[in-house]
Amino acid sequence: MYIIVVGGGRLGYYLLKALLKEGHEVLLLEKDARICKTITDELGSVCYRGDGCEAATLAEVGTGRADMFVAVTGDDEDNLVSCQVAKHKHNVPRTICRLRNPQNAALFKKLGVDVTISTTDLILEAIEREVPTHPLTHLLTIDEKGLVVVDVKISQESATVGKTVKELSLPEKSNLALIIPAQGGARTPQANTVLQAGDQIIAVTTPESEEALRNALRGI
Amino acid sequence: MKILIMGCGRVGARLASLLDSDGHEVTILDIETYSFRRLPPSFGGTALYGNGIDEETLKKAGIEDCDVFVAVTQGDNRNVMACQIAKHVFNVSRVVCRIYDPLREEMYATLGLETISPTKVFSQLLREKIEG
Repeated sequence: MYIIVVGGGRLGYYLLKALLKEGHEVLLLEKDARICKTITDELGSVCYRGDGCEAATLAEVGTGRADMFVAVTGDDEDNLVSCQVAKHKHNVPRTICRLRNPQNAALFKKLGVDVTISTTDLILEAIEREVPTHPLTHLLTIDEKGLVVVDVKISQESATVGKTVKELSLPEKSNLALIIPAQGGARTPQANTVLQAGDQIIAVTTPESEEALRNALRGI
Repeated sequence: MKILIMGCGRVGARLASLLDSDGHEVTILDIETYSFRRLPPSFGGTALYGNGIDEETLKKAGIEDCDVFVAVTQGDNRNVMACQIAKHVFNVSRVVCRIYDPLREEMYATLGLETISPTKVFSQLLREKIEG
């Protein structure tokens, strides 16, 4: 795969290294000549000096045949513009944009960026996952289908302890995929499976129904 | 008309004072309050500190009921992003964007923004002057 990375900061540098290691054809675009030289000295000719927002620069590096375009500079507006130029001028099939401000996610998607990654949100999710008492954790977002995969823990206090799956009033488009009990292996929930304290439930739902699903599973 | 200007540089400040003296309701935004020194003492509009690529700031500046949004900061990309927010999020009926880079200017013009490239305009002007 030919991947173009814009921005030779710390994120861009380590991303470049990781992608090269995976055997991809990668090119890093960086404005600063000094950074460019350091990277070229270390990794060979994988860094091109130029402005990743300029259509001319992108034409020089053959953006037209790139499979993926990743913008990871520290400025949201620069990332947005370079992704838009890659998309509209060079028809890159997949553009990925780093966000500083997580609130820009919806806007950038609307403006044609395929994937947005917010470091703030990622860290927040990781924290949620690490806090054991947190009742609902995001595992995965399936953007194309508008679905999310979440992890809900059934605590001692949950009113649903002792109830069967069919007794729960789950919101629309929500399905329980897996129950992982405190002891023993994971099992597929059946209509008459009884919920127990300490159960961990992997469920599929929509972003809107998340709250309702959590309440249904905790019996609120 | 209610006009919101982003960027209080020489152009922004001058435009703001011209529009203000024409009787329009002008608000001007900048990320540095020091820039507001460029506004003349007679300026009767609002000078607001804040970043125009932040939706919250734009709301505070009254973008929801403004008729025209103009982006004239030094950064092409900032202008482009702010204008796209104004157009696609707040549905401002008229959005004017300064983009120095002629190539970028052409692309965003085809994407539906009302754009002006000072580079193009000014070099054309000079050319006409020189060639007579």
